[in-house]
Amino acid sequence: MQAKENEQGLKRYTIITAMDNEAGVLSQLAHLFSRKGYNIETIAAGWTVDQNVTRFTIEIYSDEERIKLLCSQLRKLVPIHYVEILDPSKSIRRELMLVRVKAEDRASRNEIIQIGNIFRGSVVDITPDSITLSVTGDDQKTQAFEELLKEFGILDLARTGIVAIERGEM
Amino acid sequence: MDKSTRKLNGSEILIQCLLEQGVDTVFGYPGGAILNVYDKLYEHPEIRHILTAHEQGASHAADGYARSTGRVGVCFATSGPGSTNLATGVATAYMDSSPVVFITCNVNSDLIGRDSFQEVDITGVTLPITKCTYIVSNVKNLADTVREAFTVARSGRPGPVLIDIQKNATADEYDYTPTTPEEFSANGSARIARLKSTHHPAIGYPEIDIKAVETLAEMIERCEKPLLICGGGVVRSGASEEFRTLARRMDSPVAITVMGGGAFGGYDPLKTGMIGMHGSQASNMACDACDLLIAVGCRFSDRVTLNPAGFAKNAKIVHIDIDPSEIDKNIKTDLHIIGDAKEVLTLLLSKMKADKKNDGWKNYVFSFRRETEYDDPENGTLTPKQILSAAAEILPQDTMVTTDVGQHQMWAIQHFRFDYPGQLTTSGGFGTMGFGLGAAIGVQAGNPDKTVVLPYADNNASVQQFDIGNGQTVAALDLRRSLLTDYA
Ligand SMILES: Cc1ncc(C[n+]2csc(CCOP(=O)(O)OP(=O)(O)O)c2C)c(N)n1
Repeated sequence: MQAKENEQGLKRYTIITAMDNEAGVLSQLAHLFSRKGYNIETIAAGWTVDQNVTRFTIEIYSDEERIKLLCSQLRKLVPIHYVEILDPSKSIRRELMLVRVKAEDRASRNEIIQIGNIFRGSVVDITPDSITLSVTGDDQKTQAFEELLKEFGILDLARTGIVAIERGEM
Repeated sequence: MDKSTRKLNGSEILIQCLLEQGVDTVFGYPGGAILNVYDKLYEHPEIRHILTAHEQGASHAADGYARSTGRVGVCFATSGPGSTNLATGVATAYMDSSPVVFITCNVNSDLIGRDSFQEVDITGVTLPITKCTYIVSNVKNLADTVREAFTVARSGRPGPVLIDIQKNATADEYDYTPTTPEEFSANGSARIARLKSTHHPAIGYPEIDIKAVETLAEMIERCEKPLLICGGGVVRSGASEEFRTLARRMDSPVAITVMGGGAFGGYDPLKTGMIGMHGSQASNMACDACDLLIAVGCRFSDRVTLNPAGFAKNAKIVHIDIDPSEIDKNIKTDLHIIGDAKEVLTLLLSKMKADKKNDGWKNYVFSFRRETEYDDPENGTLTPKQILSAAAEILPQDTMVTTDVGQHQMWAIQHFRFDYPGQLTTSGGFGTMGFGLGAAIGVQAGNPDKTVVLPYADNNASVQQFDIGNGQTVAALDLRRSLLTDYA
């Protein structure tokens, strides 16, 4: 998969890191990004097989040189266990998106559900004038899904941010 | 040592842990939240407490103590304004990689987060200017936190850490079992075990890349116009002897950064003087023309490189540093070796074959001036060089010097000839006006037999003048470009 670029020609990178699961580590982590001038595009966290360790997936735009420096600065934080940059061709990226769409008549309800099916999303809530769908996929998929739903009127939308993992060795 | 477990209150545990670390001097300023700790200090005459007139002075004193002794400095302050007054001192220590453990106390755990009287999130304030910060809300975590903090402060690339202890943890009782720093670092906390097993840069570094060292030995063999840069890392690592041997064996001119002062002999014929913005002509011409530049424990700050693109443009650049995140940060290098300067240089010396002779190159480099010259003032008054050189002459040769920040700082570094690591204590990275007086108090406390001198400048004096007349100082002469000596 081709890594995305932003307007400044910077590449999108996926960083995974694990930290001690204790108060204050997220602010330490986030602070380092802002100190070095980064905007965090997405960040997702949760504990791993070891509940004392929290694993973060972070996506930012950067270039080869600056991201190497950033990673070596991250590695200096005492609560950090490891820091890796994922190779897009050897990893899987997913996010969950929840979206509530205006659906006031039968025709739009049907169409929304059909679009949901194509994206392997599921209906998680329905009311007389709205439908809430959940969909998982990489950001391109959730983006495409969002685009298609726009014409119905998106009432609310939430993303978890990307979580990523390396593919197994073949 | 009596290894039996005793029940002690948090303040006593803290003091016992300081004693474990060999602490005999702390600098600080008391207040409500830290009173339990100060009360316990009365029972421990083996720890000397030096009271300054302002927490910032104490922070610089602990820093100066650490830099000039190679031991970890300790500084106490109370919650709220006491702790925020430390911030400039914490940042100063951080920028110059000085190992200091700052200990602040905060309000009781049950008052945290309520904007209680004199409550502040000091670990949040100091996060970007410390190697690590710790919050202790329960006495049972106190001892191991203090031990870990000392380990982190002194290991790897040294630096300040801050422990914020909530007041209840200084009063409550818990089991205390004595240990030694060696024992703790061998089988201490799970955190330390992880840091060690993963070669975490906070406390260690990977094994030295022997291949790179061999490559460097070959590059040295081939080069004709070498230049060495002696940075602050040579001081911190205690690699001064190895560095001098390397310079001699390479027959290489040596430029010195502000932080490297003292690590290379001030009277050494290979010395080209300071490098960079305030550097000598010899240093900067050598940098321009050299074909191999080896920087040891130097981070290529903007004051050294000025214009990174044109820096040492004819040379292969080699960087030896303990901190992996310094590599290629400011200057693109051709080769780097990550490791403690002393160990890397020892290895390098063992890989080097023949000693070199570079008379032609040296003749060229030393045809330029090694000291920055200043015009003589028109009205016939003395020049800074005359005053400082005269002072250097009168004072014992091993006089320790601290400085404030500004013009006089550069003059002092240029005109005193520092000969051993720790002889110069100056705020290089952060450029903190008002550093000198506190630092001088700390240097004197750590080196009671030495003469300590602070060339003092009037504006700096007004930034941190609190300690003058605080019983610490005897003579304040005409402050403008005069010497202030005799700290108690
Ligand atoms: C805390 C702080 N505030 C401001 C500065 C900026 N600054 C650097 S040197 C200087 C003037 C120092 O004047 P003086 O004490 O007379 O020393 P001189 O340069 O004349 O030797 C100032 C304001 C600083 N380095 N630190």
